[in-house]
Amino acid sequence: MTADDIREAVVEILSDIAPDEDLSGLKEEVPFRDQLELDSMDFLDIVMELRKQYRIQIPEEDYPELASMKSTVAYLEPVMKDIEK
Amino acid sequence: MVTQRPEHERIVITGMGLTAPNGNSPDEFRRSLLDGISGVTDYEIRYFGKTVAGICDFDALRYQKRREVRRGTRAGSVGIYCTHESIADSGLDWENTDKANVGVYVGVTEHGNVETENEIYQIKQYDYDCSFWTHHHNPRTVANNPAGEISLNLGIVGPHYTLGAACAAGNAGLIQGCQMLRLGECDVALAGGVSESIHTFGIFAGFNSQGALAKHDDPTKASRPFDADRTGIVVAEGGCMMVLERLPDAAARGAKIYGEIVGHAMNSDATDFVMPNPDRQAECIRLALKRAQLNPEDIDIVSTHATGTTTGDTQECEALRRVFNGEGRTAVNNTKSFIGHAMGAAGVLELAGNLPAFNDRVCHATINVDRLDPECEVAGLVINEPRELDKADVILNNSFGMLGINSVVIVRRI
Repeated sequence: MTADDIREAVVEILSDIAPDEDLSGLKEEVPFRDQLELDSMDFLDIVMELRKQYRIQIPEEDYPELASMKSTVAYLEPVMKDIEK
Repeated sequence: MVTQRPEHERIVITGMGLTAPNGNSPDEFRRSLLDGISGVTDYEIRYFGKTVAGICDFDALRYQKRREVRRGTRAGSVGIYCTHESIADSGLDWENTDKANVGVYVGVTEHGNVETENEIYQIKQYDYDCSFWTHHHNPRTVANNPAGEISLNLGIVGPHYTLGAACAAGNAGLIQGCQMLRLGECDVALAGGVSESIHTFGIFAGFNSQGALAKHDDPTKASRPFDADRTGIVVAEGGCMMVLERLPDAAARGAKIYGEIVGHAMNSDATDFVMPNPDRQAECIRLALKRAQLNPEDIDIVSTHATGTTTGDTQECEALRRVFNGEGRTAVNNTKSFIGHAMGAAGVLELAGNLPAFNDRVCHATINVDRLDPECEVAGLVINEPRELDKADVILNNSFGMLGINSVVIVRRI
């Protein structure tokens, strides 16, 4: 998956986790929790959905890497590079 | 007869909100009950397959965001809808109500089965690897969940909890609300019961294995308490929450008052896991009457618990015959014949369906009685058509449950 594919996948997951939010103006560098109504349990849903959909196991110490879209894509790019879209 | 309780211990109902399989407001529900409209329909659930059930169609998004619905439980959504509706109905100045003095008391027959079954179904897709088990499991399945979701949604910071009381739970919620108001633990009690039980296949499979699940080609005829051809219980979802206040508080704000809860009682059979005991049921009814300082002949309507099982219906009828001595002036009806058994909501929903009789003096019927079981012959049974009454001032509401839990609530018109 490319960076764009990963971004698209994360938006798809967010649209399920935060169904009341308009994600069209999501800012790349701003933490998700500063621009969306997400709490720690919602955040864990991102981790769970990546695990369910792509079989990616993210260690707890790496969770801060998933703070914003930019950092998430940067973190996932090497992890997901061999996954077919 | 005048209640001897001090004024500040007299508890009145000032608001009602509900969702039932045949109505999403007290007025809609009442119209369906008077017009003989059933809410039971065909239904299918994983593993168990085709059956019938009472299904609600209230708009959960009226009071919840999509995110809340996704995070929470069906029981939570039912409770939130009913509570909002009851507060609006009560005319309380909610914005200026001190939320620390509001208590939430919600009766449940069971909670957590739906969510646990869903999650096991989910991890089955991952070969039962528990790392795929949701972190939402515990907050969804803790026993206080439905009451807690109401507290979260409405910003209520007073006490909240559920009453696990099998199918006596709706009455138990009301009784708890009365007691907490009398103790001064709250100034407004939001009390009642909820059911999400149609979303667990286990309840259908369990009743089926017990030989107690209703079956009928026409779903609207499946729930038929007292009928000789009854086959068992129709499982339903639903909820009803009532606003309870101390009489002086309600009077001071000029509240509309549906009625006063003048008597209530709970007791235990201590005889069997599932078989009811008419001795204890009769004792529970007599205890509620005694506390209300009323005699059986003072009761105008008895709302029965009967679920459509062979034994349950006959045992309750036996208890009623013992208390009411067949005098016949008391009208007797059953709401489950319209909506099925709404489990934790049943007792309070059935009371809500009967309370409008204080205004229209009509006792709604028990429907689907084509051939009355001789063992269910109770004087005053209102069969298939509503009955106009000379007087409708006092309603006695039965609600009984497994493990031998009995509850009775008596409400009088003010």
